[in-house]
Amino acid sequence: MIDDGTLWIVIVVLGLGSFALRFMFTGLVGNSAMPPWLLRHLRYTAVAILPALVAPQVLWPTATGGTPDPARLAAAIVTLLVGLLTRNVILAILSGGGTLYGLLYLLS
Amino acid sequence: MTTTTRKSAYFKGVADGAPFILVIIPFSTLFGIIATEAGLSVFETLSFSVVVIAGAAQFTALQLMQENAPTAIVLASALAVNLRMAMYSASLTPWIGAAPLWQRALAAYLTVDQSYVCAIAQYERAPDMTVPQRIAYFMGAVTPVVPLWYLFTLVGALLGAQVPESWALDFAIPITFLAMIAPMFRTLAHVVAAFVAVAVSLPAVGIPYSLGLIVAGIAGMMAGAQTELWLERRSGVRP
Repeated sequence: MIDDGTLWIVIVVLGLGSFALRFMFTGLVGNSAMPPWLLRHLRYTAVAILPALVAPQVLWPTATGGTPDPARLAAAIVTLLVGLLTRNVILAILSGGGTLYGLLYLLS
Repeated sequence: MTTTTRKSAYFKGVADGAPFILVIIPFSTLFGIIATEAGLSVFETLSFSVVVIAGAAQFTALQLMQENAPTAIVLASALAVNLRMAMYSASLTPWIGAAPLWQRALAAYLTVDQSYVCAIAQYERAPDMTVPQRIAYFMGAVTPVVPLWYLFTLVGALLGAQVPESWALDFAIPITFLAMIAPMFRTLAHVVAAFVAVAVSLPAVGIPYSLGLIVAGIAGMMAGAQTELWLERRSGVRP
């Protein structure tokens, strides 16, 4: 069981810390110019971090205890392909979700 | 005049943020369910979501607290998962850094994966937007997302443990992120950045405290930047 005191320390400190991370640059750097080499790297933040966040979860899902799962793998591939072909986020999500549920149903 | 364009920027943000409703509802409901299963009260669960608004970090903290990890480790790990927010902040700075401090503070509190992705895509697409329009767009993009984040944490907390595992809600997050990534592949440099980040992230899962994500992210960003330089040099030689 989680101790109440610990829980509130975590909520408050994590809240403050997360805000500090989010405010670090917009708040402190503000309008002063940032060097071109930094800007060049920052252009690729989202396109690097999000795939890196997802890739291990696709290959080793927590729900299956880390065992690769054909339904989840196929759903991930379909989502990415539909996204690449149509550039439509919602359609990609629905196709991926449909693949996941379809295969989970068929394979169970 | 500015009011109308600011208003239309806001509504454009609302429209672009709206698809994420599909993600936010299962994700926040899931957090509510898992937190109450871990023994948190409804009030504690909701406070967690309002104070922190960072799903991945909240899940990390919850997991480690359940394992009775030392508080310092819980905080360090959850903040490491959230380090990407500092990168988002840095990446938004050239676009909204000139806004008044209170607006930047508000935008900072509301910086989540969804608002960042919407905003950065729009700012790059329409570089001639004014700073007030950019802020209005940002606030628009969070409007469908953040209130629902609170509301469905509450719903999940109230539902408690009644959702069966077979719903596979765990995979709502990867699917959404993958759907969001695809339209970002605009140049070869973007593709290279993503591939390097993925290639590094897989062996890096072993690095403790989720620091593997940060290492993979930085590797991807460096690969993207180098590819961009390489493409520039090549087009310079052969115009």
